Amino acid sequence: MDDRLTTAFFVVVGVPASLVGYIFLVELVLRLVPQRRVPRIRPLLWIAPALAFLAVFLIYPTLDTIRRSFMDRLSENYVGWSNYEYMWTDHAVRGAIVNNLLWLVFLTLGAVGIGLLVAVLVDRVRYEPVVKTVIFLPMAISFVAAGVIWRFMYDFRPESGTLNAIITGFGADPVAFFSEWPLNTFALIVVGVWMQVGFAMVILSAGLKSISNDLLEAARVDGATEWQIFRKVTFPLLLPTIAVISTAVIIIALKAFDIVYVMTNGNFNSEVLANRMYKEMFTFRHFGRASAIAVVLFLAIVPIMIFNIRRFREQEAIR
Amino acid sequence: MMATHRPFTRGLVAAGAVALALGAAACGDDGEGGSGDRTVTVIGTWGGDEEEAFRQMVAPFEDRTGITVEYTGTRDLNAVLTTGVASGVLPDLAGLPGPGQMREFAEAGALVPLDDIIDIDKYKAETSPAFVDLGTVDGKVVGVFIKAAVKGLIWYNPNVYTGDVPATWDELERIADQTATGDMRPWCVGLESGAASGWPATDWIEDFVLRQSGPDVYDAWVAGELPWTSPEIRQAFEAYGRVVAEDRTYGGTNYVLNTNFGSAANPMFADEPGCLFHHQASFITAFFENEAGATPDEYDFFRMPDINPQYAGALTGAGDLFGMFHDTPEARELMRYLVTAEAQSIWVGIGGALSGNTTVDNYPDDISARSAQMLGEATVFRFDASDLMPEAMNNAFWTEVLNYTQNPDQLDQILARLDEVRSSAYEEGA
Repeated sequence: MDDRLTTAFFVVVGVPASLVGYIFLVELVLRLVPQRRVPRIRPLLWIAPALAFLAVFLIYPTLDTIRRSFMDRLSENYVGWSNYEYMWTDHAVRGAIVNNLLWLVFLTLGAVGIGLLVAVLVDRVRYEPVVKTVIFLPMAISFVAAGVIWRFMYDFRPESGTLNAIITGFGADPVAFFSEWPLNTFALIVVGVWMQVGFAMVILSAGLKSISNDLLEAARVDGATEWQIFRKVTFPLLLPTIAVISTAVIIIALKAFDIVYVMTNGNFNSEVLANRMYKEMFTFRHFGRASAIAVVLFLAIVPIMIFNIRRFREQEAIR
Repeated sequence: MMATHRPFTRGLVAAGAVALALGAAACGDDGEGGSGDRTVTVIGTWGGDEEEAFRQMVAPFEDRTGITVEYTGTRDLNAVLTTGVASGVLPDLAGLPGPGQMREFAEAGALVPLDDIIDIDKYKAETSPAFVDLGTVDGKVVGVFIKAAVKGLIWYNPNVYTGDVPATWDELERIADQTATGDMRPWCVGLESGAASGWPATDWIEDFVLRQSGPDVYDAWVAGELPWTSPEIRQAFEAYGRVVAEDRTYGGTNYVLNTNFGSAANPMFADEPGCLFHHQASFITAFFENEAGATPDEYDFFRMPDINPQYAGALTGAGDLFGMFHDTPEARELMRYLVTAEAQSIWVGIGGALSGNTTVDNYPDDISARSAQMLGEATVFRFDASDLMPEAMNNAFWTEVLNYTQNPDQLDQILARLDEVRSSAYEEGA
C-alpha cells in the first residue's frame, strides 16, 4: 500500500514536472540553434512528446490490429480476407451489424430529438435549471451502473421489475423485454437515450441561447406562430449545433458495449459489434476475428471523423 | 516567451523537475514489498458467499505458515487470464474456467506442471480418477479440483411428491404428467444467468445425450467429432423440448427464458406448488434455502433416471479447477495445502460443495453425503460437456439452446448453425 501511495504521488507530481522540465530544456537547446530556424523547429520539438505518445499508443496499435485482421486465431499465419468473410456470413455477427445500425439511427434520433424538445420547451420557463439538472443527472453515472439499474427496471418478475409491475398493475401479462428481438435492442437503446439525452440537451440549449433574441422578436412581431418560428428560424440556425451533437452521439452509438454486456450480453439477437469483438478477443481467443471487427468499427467511424474535421476547419476559417 | 526571463533559474527548476521525475521512476520500480511479507496471489470467479467459503478454506493455511493469501474475485476471469498469458502478468494461482481453457493455457506453456509440486501419488490415490484425468494434459497434472458438484439430479419436494423413485425416464415423465394436475406443472425450469444464460438447458441436453446414446457418443460430441445435426444430438434436443413445452413447465416459455436459475424452483416450495420436479446440480440446495426459504425437509433428490438400459448408471458432474501460473515457494505450499482432504473438508463443511477427494467425509447433511457417494460410486461418469468444449462452442451452445427454447420449430437451422461454429471452434489453440 505504501509503495502504491508513493508511486501515485511521484506520478502526479513527476509527470507534469517532467513535461514542464522538457519544455524548458527544449528552450535551452533552441538557444544553440540559429535564430532564423527557431520558429520552424520549436513547434516540432514542443509537440514531440505528444506525437511520440500518439505514435506508440495509437498509430502502432492501429497498424498492428489491421495486420492481425488478416491473420489467424493466434496471429501466426496470414489468412487473407477470411476473417472479413466470416463477419459477413456468420449469423451472429450479421445480426450485430443490423443492431449497430438500429443503435446508430435510434439512439441519435432519440437523444438528439428529445434533447432538442426539452431544450426548446424549457428555454423560457423559470424552472429551467431544475429540469435540466434532473435530465442531466444520468450522465454522472457509468454505463455499467445504468445497465444494472435498468436490469431491475426491465426484470420479468413483477415483484422486482418496475415496468412489469406497472404493466401487470393495469392487468396485462408481464412483458419479457430481453428475450424478443427487436424489443430487446430497443429496450437497450432506451437506456442509452436515458444516459445521453442530458448531454444533447445541454449542448442544444447552449446553441439555442446563442440565437439572437432580436430575430425571434422580429418574427413574432411579423405574426409568426411559435411552431413557425421554430421551423423557419430556430431550427435552421441550430443546424450546426445539431450536427455537432449528432456526430458525438453517433460515435457513442457505434461504441455501445457496456449496456449490452451488462444487460443481455448479446443474447436473443441483441448483440452489437463492440460486444462481439470483446467476446472474440477474450472468450473465444480468436485474435484475427476480433481485429477484423475492430477494423470495421474503425472504418465506420472514419466518415464521421472526416465530417467533423471539415467542420472544424470551416469554423477556423470563419475566425 | 517566459523562458527568456531569468533563464538560469528556470533552467535549474527544469533540470530539478526532470531529476525528480526520473528518480521517482527509478524508486517506484525496485521498492517492492520491503517488509518481507510472504504472499500468494490468487484469482477466482468466486464472490459473496463463495468467496467467504474460500477464505475460510485457506484460513488454517495462513495461520500455520504465515503466508498471506491475496484473493481477488472477478467475473471476467477469461479476460484477465487471456491478457495475463499474453503479457506475463499473472497471479500465482488462479481458478481456471474449465478443462478446455486449462488445456489451452497448458499448451501455451503458461501453467506449471504440478507433478513435482504436490504429493502426486497421494493425490492420485485419494482423488477419483475422473477428476485426476480432467486435470491432466499430455501426461502432466496441471489442474486440480478445489470443489466438485454432481449434475443431473431431479429435485422434488417430499411433501408434494410422495411416489417412488422412477426407474426410467419415460416412467418419470408419465408419473409427472399424471401427478401434476390443476395449476401444477410437471417441471420448473429457469435459464437466465446473465452472460451465461442457457447453461441449465445445456445440462439437460448433456444428460440426455449420455443416457440416450452412451459415453462414446458423448465423448465424440465433446471433441467436436460428432456433428450437431446427427440423430443422437437431435433426439436429445427434442427430449429437452418436450420438457419445456408451454404446458409442461411452470410459467411457460417466458418464465423459462427470463427466470434466473437460482430462483426457478421457488414455485416448488409455495403453498400452492406450481411444479413437481426440478433438474439441477447438487449446489442448488444453497439457492433453495436462500431464494425460496426452503428447509432441508422440504427438498430431496434422486438421480435422473436411465433412458437406454445399455448406458445405465450414468452421471454428469463438474468442478472448480485451479492451476498454478508462477512457481514460487509460497504458491507451492498453498497448492499442496489445497489438495489435502483437510482443506477440501472445510468448504464441504460449509455446504454447497462436494470434493473430488474420496477421503473427505464431513458432509454436513444427508443430501450432500448422498451426492458425494454417488460421485464416488459412479460407473459411467462424465464431466459437463459444455465446460469441456472450446469457449466459442460453449457460448454458441448456450445461445442456441435459448433460441431453441423460444422457437422449437427451428431445430434444423439451430443445429446447422451449431455445426458452423463447430467447424472453426476446434482449431489449434481453441
